[in-house]
Amino acid sequence: MGVGQPQKTGNAGFLATTLEEMVNWARTGAMWPLGFGLACCAIEMMSTQASVYDLSRFGMELMRPSPRQADMIIVAGRVTRKMAPVLRRLYDQMPDPKWVLAMGDCCSCGGVFNNYAVVQGVDEIVPVDVYVAGCPPRPEQLIHGILTLHEKVRNENFSKWRRENAPARV
Amino acid sequence: MTVAPEMTRWEGTLEELKGLVSPRALSGETVLLNMGPQHPSTHGVLRLLLEMDGETLVSIVPDIGYLHTGIEKNMESKRYEQSIVMTDRMDYLAPFSNNLVYCLAIEKLTGLDVPERAQIIRVIMAELTRLNSHLVWLGTHAIDIGAMSLLLYCFRERERILDLFEMLSGQRMMGTYFRPGGVWRDVTDEFLPELEKYLAYLPGKIDEYEALLTRNPLWIDRTQGVGIVTPEDAIAWGLSGPVLRASGVNFDLRKAQPYSGYETYDFDIPMGLHGDTYDRYLVRMQEMRESIKIITQAKDRLKKATGPFRSQDRKFVPPPRAELGTSMEAVIHHFKLWTEGFKAPKGEVQVMVEGPRGIISCTLVGDGTNKPARVHFRTPSFIHIQAIPLLAKDHLLADLVAIIGTLDPVLGDCDR
Repeated sequence: MGVGQPQKTGNAGFLATTLEEMVNWARTGAMWPLGFGLACCAIEMMSTQASVYDLSRFGMELMRPSPRQADMIIVAGRVTRKMAPVLRRLYDQMPDPKWVLAMGDCCSCGGVFNNYAVVQGVDEIVPVDVYVAGCPPRPEQLIHGILTLHEKVRNENFSKWRRENAPARV
Repeated sequence: MTVAPEMTRWEGTLEELKGLVSPRALSGETVLLNMGPQHPSTHGVLRLLLEMDGETLVSIVPDIGYLHTGIEKNMESKRYEQSIVMTDRMDYLAPFSNNLVYCLAIEKLTGLDVPERAQIIRVIMAELTRLNSHLVWLGTHAIDIGAMSLLLYCFRERERILDLFEMLSGQRMMGTYFRPGGVWRDVTDEFLPELEKYLAYLPGKIDEYEALLTRNPLWIDRTQGVGIVTPEDAIAWGLSGPVLRASGVNFDLRKAQPYSGYETYDFDIPMGLHGDTYDRYLVRMQEMRESIKIITQAKDRLKKATGPFRSQDRKFVPPPRAELGTSMEAVIHHFKLWTEGFKAPKGEVQVMVEGPRGIISCTLVGDGTNKPARVHFRTPSFIHIQAIPLLAKDHLLADLVAIIGTLDPVLGDCDR
């Protein structure tokens, strides 16, 4: 945690830090993902949350069924042309700040499915923060991607939280 | 980036709606409710349009295609052996069953032989796939109904199956382990001891699940009498697999039309009496025990079976690495197979296997080149989703999630 210099304050009973670091730390402590599985990767995402890999170690076991309660979205699987508007709508319904993790080759770049039905990368529809490669990625890879996202969030800057192109309200 | 307004609007017309729901919906007497495609209980991206009278379902309109990947069309532009990787990703809970049906179709079209050892390995992997799929079914079905802990138990056991898959194929889920003429490589030394350990471990765990659910009054209340299918209806709607057998129809392709040597194994076909959700649960639990029986027999045979794990027909199967240094013919075969693949004769074949969800069938049309002219899969989830209205009509909304769970649809399998 970036909360600074407890040794200087001793037993005074308080910690000194910046608001930015404090808020960023809090955001990574319980980042609730949207429970949104598309295809094969969703099964690995379930494995990551289940007993062996236990995503609750990172405060993320609580998948929210509603986008309005979610902080991030793990796009797990191939995004098809029929699904794309739905995904965009879900993203727009999430409150700011929000993050997107593209899990797997299909939603990162289209993967093996270079055809008429599959969107060639979910970044055509929503801005992506972290890409996780693999078909499907192992749970360890997904956890690594999530920790990478946490690191990104910890280093975020206050002034950048207001997105320049605020998404349309739905 | 902003979203275009027309992308989020309902695009259907009132005329379209008239054919799908009862006239009472148009007068406002009943309520139309949307469920999915983002819903935790629809097992993926199934969307249902529900017409509700209070809390009772009047009509249910499934809307599929949210995961249509164009796999069948993509396969036409790939060589025969390149497309195996696509079949994994159709029914992603039963990848090896899909591998199997596609490889069997290629073998039938080209007349390629499969050695005995390969057949045994295939049976082991296909039955492990069934266990894998049923474990995910049990976990998700139970969590839909409200038994949270089952998911964690089932995934704990499933991880060990995935470890076994990884030992042989190098991948946890999408192994692409079956190849025309056999399997990709022989079983490794550590596989059989691990498999034996797992076979000793799993039956006790299945007993544990049954102890948690089978006599649990809440489970019985939520499942008995819900979503009844009569044997006549089940046959008329083309249902297959555990859903068909729970209605009391004794039909399993492993017995009725054996493939890969299933006729030589000793196992029973579990059947239900009432055709309701509870019976389907019992049938699948019993099927898991039968799968363990089959794997145990196959494992013993594998120890005795010597011989190759893949066909020795060099026109279809690349030679082993060791031969490349000594045989010019092997180099030529290797080069031909990796640059242009093998050619299949003109003709049309159809092969069916019993997957975890029901009948998976593959129709393969060859035109004499190294790519198929047409591949078509008949997948159980597609057939089962059309039966949701049949099962769920006049039930409560809360029963709908039990009915979707009991049919065990995988949307990748349905939409392909």
